[in-house]
Amino acid sequence: MNLALASYTLWWREQVRFFRQGSRVFGAFVQPLMFWALFGSGLRASFHAPVGGGRIGYLEYFFPGTVVMILLFTAIFSTISVIEDRREGFLQGVLVAPVPRSAVVLGKVMGGTTLAVLQGTLLLALSPLVGIHLTAISFSEAVALQMLVAFALTALSFCIAWRIESTQGFHAIMTLFLMPLWLLSGAFFPAKGVPGWLGFLMQINPLTYSVAAMRRILYPGDIQQATDLPPLGASLAVTLAFALAAFTVASLLARRRGKDGR
Amino acid sequence: MSATDLAVEVQDLRHRYGEREALKGVSFAVGRGEIFGLLGPNGGGKTTLFRILSTLMIPTSGRAVVLGSVLDQAPSQGTLHAIRKAIGVVFQAFSLDKKLTVRENLMHQGHLYGLSGSALRGRIHEMLERFRLSDRASDRVGTLSGGLCRRVELAKGLLHRPSLLLMDEPATGLDPGARHDLWEYLQALRKQDSVTVLMTTHLLEEAERCDRIGILSRGEMVALDSPEALKARIGGDVLSIESPAPEQLAAAIREKLGAEVQVMDGSIRLERPEAHRFVPTLIESFSGQISAVTVGRPTLEDVFIQLTGHRFWDEDAAGGERASAGVEKR
Repeated sequence: MNLALASYTLWWREQVRFFRQGSRVFGAFVQPLMFWALFGSGLRASFHAPVGGGRIGYLEYFFPGTVVMILLFTAIFSTISVIEDRREGFLQGVLVAPVPRSAVVLGKVMGGTTLAVLQGTLLLALSPLVGIHLTAISFSEAVALQMLVAFALTALSFCIAWRIESTQGFHAIMTLFLMPLWLLSGAFFPAKGVPGWLGFLMQINPLTYSVAAMRRILYPGDIQQATDLPPLGASLAVTLAFALAAFTVASLLARRRGKDGR
Repeated sequence: MSATDLAVEVQDLRHRYGEREALKGVSFAVGRGEIFGLLGPNGGGKTTLFRILSTLMIPTSGRAVVLGSVLDQAPSQGTLHAIRKAIGVVFQAFSLDKKLTVRENLMHQGHLYGLSGSALRGRIHEMLERFRLSDRASDRVGTLSGGLCRRVELAKGLLHRPSLLLMDEPATGLDPGARHDLWEYLQALRKQDSVTVLMTTHLLEEAERCDRIGILSRGEMVALDSPEALKARIGGDVLSIESPAPEQLAAAIREKLGAEVQVMDGSIRLERPEAHRFVPTLIESFSGQISAVTVGRPTLEDVFIQLTGHRFWDEDAAGGERASAGVEKR
């Protein structure tokens, strides 16, 4: 009971804070949209998808990846607040409260997940614009998948933010680790035809499976779209394992105390 | 005092940050219902001790018994939980969310301590009244003054009715009126709810008001007693001499009378038993160089000088203004 209440209140705080900062709402949603419009339009002429029989334009190819990108960006923005909370002193008040660390992590991660799914769903609603026509079922499936992916990414981002002292440090890790994770997930370009080493990196990247699952859900039964993608079941299983692993590591990290106790 | 009368019992507590030893075997006990002050300059080890007692840090060795639960090198989750439920912690650096209103901050705090619904609303109302915050309840914390934030911080720390209140430099940012209120409130808390208060302070006038104080200097507890008893140890009076040229006069006094003198803030101080007998000698020897002489009882600062051989503020060069928690974090 106490555990749920504590997670709830931390979740609630994330929502209130987010909606009171207009620039965050703007940044997390508009930036991926802008990337999508600019890259999608710019690469249209030179990109011939080796999937989908060359029929599919880049704006459309890039769409599922953009959904995942929104989830990633929101995850990043919402966990940066861990660093701010630590620096500004808010976190120490939470850490001396009689609340298990896992509840603290859960509240924070669910907070970020909710915000990410809200934004991802807004983008999903635009899918008819690129010619992806979702049924009520596939739309719901896509939203459910977003929850899982957002949870995994927020927990992963939390693991990084927990031990980092400054937001600058976090930005460095973001550029060196989180962005490549997304770039090499099949969101930006397909794995088909890339050099072997790159293909290997893409294959061991858990986010590859999340993007694949998103593609398969957005194109149910469309075999051409799905060529070279891992099967849906395996993709979902890897994404689920990714989410559980990230959350477990985040909880363990939060339980371990640094020598300075913060 | 028997063990059950103790709120806190610290036994040979040590803590090191890498090479630097912040606590060098500190032992003391705080009785239930006591207002206990940990006095010392910044960097003396107060904040380290505070962080250990508030369960944020594990001591390198030794142990602390907080309300019957033992904090050692490997406290169980159950121990930590029991202590956290029973203590209220007021940090020096604000632990409030500036984007939330006063009421929202208290709601959040209440939820973390398992309070909800009408019980929580009642507590919040009570706290807002007690700290005269009711008319600011819907204001965002970011718009409040430092003094008001401190009051919200206190309301937050007391919301779940802790039996031990740990406070890190609680008077920081309070004007004299608000400080007075804080003390009235602490006295009332002790009297009505028999709450034990343990606070750190680097302000001598705050320490004066505690029942007992422990003086921490460079990681060691150099004194532990009531402020009165500590001052009585000096066994003499303190002479304060005002002069247009204090440095020269101080040198002259040292030379002619062989007395130990210090110059602080433009006045000369010296300790002497029966100091009033010394005044005529002074005036006769240095007539014209002295504008005023005051004979006073010793202060805690005098105690500190006597115990450590150096001035209180020497350890804390920038004085009270720099009272940030950052000093001991390195």
